Amino acid sequence: MWLLKMAWKNSWRNRNRTIITMAAIFFAVILSVITGSLQDGIFDNLVKNMVSYYSGYIQVHKTGYWDEQILDNSFASGKITEQAILRHENITGLTSRLESFALASSENLTKGCLVAGIDPDNENRITNLKDKVVAGTYLYENDKSVLLSKGLAGRLQLNTGDTVILIGQGYHGATAAGKYPVKGIVQFGSPDLNDRVLFMPLPAARELYGAEQMLTSYVISLRDPARLATTAERLQLAIGNELHVMTWEEMMPDVKQHITTDSNNMKIIQGILYLLICFGIFGTLLMMMVERKYEMGMLVAIGMRKIKLIGLLMAESVFTLLSGCALGILCSVPLVFHLNRHPLRIGGETAEIYKRFGFEPIFPTSTDAIHFVSQGLIVFCIGLLLSLYPLYKVVRLNAVTAMRK
Amino acid sequence: MNNTVIDAHNISRVYNPETIPVYAINNVHLHLEKGEFTALVGPSGSGKTTLLNLIGGLDKPDSGHIIIGGTDITSLRANELINFRLHNIGFVFQSFNLIPVLTARENVEFIMLLQKVKRKERDKRVIQLFKQIGLEDKMNNRPVQLSGGQQQRVAVARALASKPQFVLADEPTANLDSAAAFNLLDIMAKLNKEENTTFIFSTHDQRVIERAKRVITLVDGKITADTAAVPLTNHKLIVT
Ligand SMILES: Nc1ncnc2c1ncn2[C@@H]1O[C@H](COP(=O)(O)OP(=O)(O)OP(=O)(O)O)[C@@H](O)[C@H]1O
Ligand SMILES: [Mg+2]
Repeated sequence: MWLLKMAWKNSWRNRNRTIITMAAIFFAVILSVITGSLQDGIFDNLVKNMVSYYSGYIQVHKTGYWDEQILDNSFASGKITEQAILRHENITGLTSRLESFALASSENLTKGCLVAGIDPDNENRITNLKDKVVAGTYLYENDKSVLLSKGLAGRLQLNTGDTVILIGQGYHGATAAGKYPVKGIVQFGSPDLNDRVLFMPLPAARELYGAEQMLTSYVISLRDPARLATTAERLQLAIGNELHVMTWEEMMPDVKQHITTDSNNMKIIQGILYLLICFGIFGTLLMMMVERKYEMGMLVAIGMRKIKLIGLLMAESVFTLLSGCALGILCSVPLVFHLNRHPLRIGGETAEIYKRFGFEPIFPTSTDAIHFVSQGLIVFCIGLLLSLYPLYKVVRLNAVTAMRK
Repeated sequence: MNNTVIDAHNISRVYNPETIPVYAINNVHLHLEKGEFTALVGPSGSGKTTLLNLIGGLDKPDSGHIIIGGTDITSLRANELINFRLHNIGFVFQSFNLIPVLTARENVEFIMLLQKVKRKERDKRVIQLFKQIGLEDKMNNRPVQLSGGQQQRVAVARALASKPQFVLADEPTANLDSAAAFNLLDIMAKLNKEENTTFIFSTHDQRVIERAKRVITLVDGKITADTAAVPLTNHKLIVT
């Protein structure tokens, strides 16, 4: 007890040094919390944008469909399966799709396209498709008309009110053909989608392809995207082997790859940050040891066991580190929440790219508690590790040498 | 009853034995009894500090044995030696004896905390010691709020707080003006007389030497004179 009291007093013996150390720790915690939470926030936001575009966080297909995306790999929709999916607490919504390929023709032009038979209401709930309508109007369930993506409409030189002819291969080899009025034009930032997608209501698509009751996928939205993997696992168990659950990471490995690469870059930045703190803390520790060498020699000379002296120094380090980390975490909480509510806006070319893809050009922070805890802990451990240096010095201390002027 | 406090046989301490050997202490015998008030004198570099470090268990002789209160301290391991110092030897250094963040009282208590002395006993002893050094009114001052002489008096109190077999002081008055030096010596002499506390101290100061009961002279690591110093005019040679 008296040792702790003495440690507390010692921590304040050189007010400036303690304040410098604490400030170094304080800013280190704040900076690393913000880099960490910004990094996660940006990626979460990117993923949210990407998946809410078209894919959803999770999709369910018939096993084998992903490798061979043809209608013969579709499955019959069923209330029981849908209920099983929606029962999971982390799943907020589900929409059904029947996707296939077709040749789309106007009077004298023909292009290949992706036909997506959708459930207009549920689709809009998950991918906000209605917001992407730039001309005409959105679909109703019983419409026998289509929405064309803007790029495709341009290539076919079609406008709202015109007619598009679709020809393709239907379910089990039947021929699929039909004529549909263009009800609206939708615009996507992604050129991939914008140049080749055509939406029609699910019943119309089933009729076109002769695939009564059939679906190619369920698209699923999540409450907490962080639990993606576990949710997917549970879901797979719930719906059995006939159907296969896929996460966006599996469906879009390139996006996942991009995020991994970028977060590695962020880790380098954090590493440099940690290195700077190391120098800061180590410098003050060196100063302290030089300043107190005589005194430590004297303490050992009059009979203080080295283990006690080590305890004293340890307690001093813990005081400083703990207060620095605690203050840092305390101050970073409002900062991170503020940056979450009022995210940084990006400008310039990056912003243009974001906008072109239909994303808001913002860098929000993630407010996940893990950032505060883990960064606080990392800085604390770095500090603790560095304070092993004085301990090493004490172990090797010789009272006579330490006290010589 | 055996009154021997220190019994050093044939001790030597050689610095730099490989390069240019310095015989800081060369085959010294030293015998100290309870209640002595002994000054260690000699020119600079004669080995006073080295000898005090050896008998204080801060340094180990290269040869010879040092017996303190029946324990051969040359055979103790590092940790045992620290513990031995804590319970058997009081130290007063030339300066910076006190822990700057603690008050005078806490500095004196500190050594008893290391000894795990009970609170009641500590309080009693602290009061008694501060009375003896005449600083009852300065107990709660930090070292920086005390004069050099007062700091040395507190150091003496701390040295005594552990109830050591003897107190060892290496030039305790070197940084003091003569008034403060006399005052410190008075207090040490009084403690020696009233409590029979054993003191051995090194010094350069002639007036301090005159207060000693016994004066040991070192030259080049050897004891060249060992005299009873009282009365001043009538030196009596005991050993050479
Ligand atoms: N660590 C050391 N390494 C080498 N030589 C040393 C060391 N310490 C002391 N010496 C030498 O040993 C001799 C005795 O030194 P010591 O400090 O004991 O003398 P002293 O009598 O205390 O001197 P002073 O009156 O100046 O304090 C000197 O020659 C000194 O140079
Ligand atoms: Mg000396």
